[in-house]
Amino acid sequence: MAITLSGDQAIPGPPLSSRLTPAQVWGIVLLAPYLLVFLAFVVYPVCYGLWLARAPANYVALYNDPIFARAAINTLIFLVIGINIKMLIALFLSGFFAVQRPWIKWLSVIFILPWAVPSIPTILSVRFMLNPEWGVINHLIFSFTGDDGPNWLNDPTVALSMAIAVHIWKSLPFWTLILITGRLAISHDLFEAAEVDGASWWQKFRYITWPSMQTLYVTCTLLSMIWTLGDFNSVYLLTGGGPADLTHVLATLGIRYLRLDQLSLAMASIVCAMPFVLPLVYFMMKRLSR
Amino acid sequence: MKLPTLREVGTEARLLLIGIPVFLWTMIPIYHMFLFAISPKEDAFSGKLWPDHPTLHNFEIVFKQQHYFLRDFYVQFWNSVVIAAAVGALTLFIATAAAFSISRLKVPGGRVVLNLALFTYFIPAAFLAVPMYRTMGNYGLLNNHWSLILAMVTIASPYAIWVLKQASDKLPVELDEAAVMDGATTLQIFRLVYLPLMMPSLVAIGTYAVLLAWNEYLYAFLLLSNDREITLPVALGNFLAADDSPWELLMTTGFIYALPPAAVYYAFRRYMVGGLTAGAVKS
Repeated sequence: MAITLSGDQAIPGPPLSSRLTPAQVWGIVLLAPYLLVFLAFVVYPVCYGLWLARAPANYVALYNDPIFARAAINTLIFLVIGINIKMLIALFLSGFFAVQRPWIKWLSVIFILPWAVPSIPTILSVRFMLNPEWGVINHLIFSFTGDDGPNWLNDPTVALSMAIAVHIWKSLPFWTLILITGRLAISHDLFEAAEVDGASWWQKFRYITWPSMQTLYVTCTLLSMIWTLGDFNSVYLLTGGGPADLTHVLATLGIRYLRLDQLSLAMASIVCAMPFVLPLVYFMMKRLSR
Repeated sequence: MKLPTLREVGTEARLLLIGIPVFLWTMIPIYHMFLFAISPKEDAFSGKLWPDHPTLHNFEIVFKQQHYFLRDFYVQFWNSVVIAAAVGALTLFIATAAAFSISRLKVPGGRVVLNLALFTYFIPAAFLAVPMYRTMGNYGLLNNHWSLILAMVTIASPYAIWVLKQASDKLPVELDEAAVMDGATTLQIFRLVYLPLMMPSLVAIGTYAVLLAWNEYLYAFLLLSNDREITLPVALGNFLAADDSPWELLMTTGFIYALPPAAVYYAFRRYMVGGLTAGAVKS
């Protein structure tokens, strides 16, 4: 409660501190650390970066760089194919893990591992498995067929598919977990009623599961798109962008320009993704801050 | 005891038909890493699925730092520990203060700050890395642990604030009101009422921030470069620079590096799954 002293009206515009309750003053003090971090490490870098990327010459240079075009296409492949495969598998597996069996419970505990352990050792492990001479995969292919296996990371199409596989390996557990939560929220009575009516599993999925999970599924897919755009590790640690810079995605390309000391190009390549990212971000913020 | 019906056997078989590939898919890269760690070099490179002579020799080399690439193993391991701990503590401090301020004190403009935080949460990490690298240079923080700590706090805080704000909103307002009636100051409410009730969420967020920092590769690789300043993942990445990389040592070090987060995750799994997935996507 603010206490009003008589004669207060005589002073035009009381000082700020007297208009705020002590709780509000504390509120501002407690909010300040995050605001400082936000200003220093988000606002300033982003504005500075945009300023660096402002010259149209940067965009002409990007347009003329075949690696950029390739990276943009790769990013699209990653998003359209990679994410849809991942989310469909996650949707399918969320049904599998929702089945009540002791061994499935155990499997679900193990299944989280790719998400819980750091990327670098596991992705490098996959990288060695795919080594054409020493990797275990080609050893197995040789012992079964007597032929040499493919040089997995030397063909850009195969290498990019492998990077997508690594991305799926790493992030599938997280999305499965979220979709399991969504599935468990569906009332069990609905399924029991459907069971009584003799519905097939597809009918149950089509008329009960999917309608209740549709919104969650779409949200997850969009959020996954944003995060996949920022996935540097899957590509960089597996292929390093190679062979011949043909497997870059925008996330690794930006860093590549940065390493080549072409900061304005690095920023410009990210700015090019913005018309795509910003609508996604806007949509996600509307969904979450409701 | 009754025998399972044919139908039940069929269901179980179908479940196994999914379960076995899922198990293999999950475990193969991890098993492969472990296999390398316990194999002598010849066995590792021969594509065997189990070494003829399993050995802990690789671990000995790593722990005794007996290889050129491992000269600074302990320093780098320690760097990872310090940075992860600092990121965890700072994120908890900043996010808890902000969540309390927005949710309980209803500070003017709190909504705006929350939206700004959400916006940061949605910037793809690799995209923010580019300008952030240059900014850290401008601040004179490159090659200093603070650059990585502050960068990771910037990335961890938005989600932390979001999750903690959601959790705060669920606490009954009556508690605060009762404390005010008893004459508690804002800080006393924060310390004596708010923090204890928020403990489970704080554990989840602290774990999240620590794991995020521990597992981070890109920012660490950009912001730190001196051999004695880098964290373990960057050191692992540097192994690749050599033509004849000692892969068995790389995998051994990687295995050691992957153990703490796996252990932390399993120790706090209950908190993590409930606290984090709830905030990730509101359905």
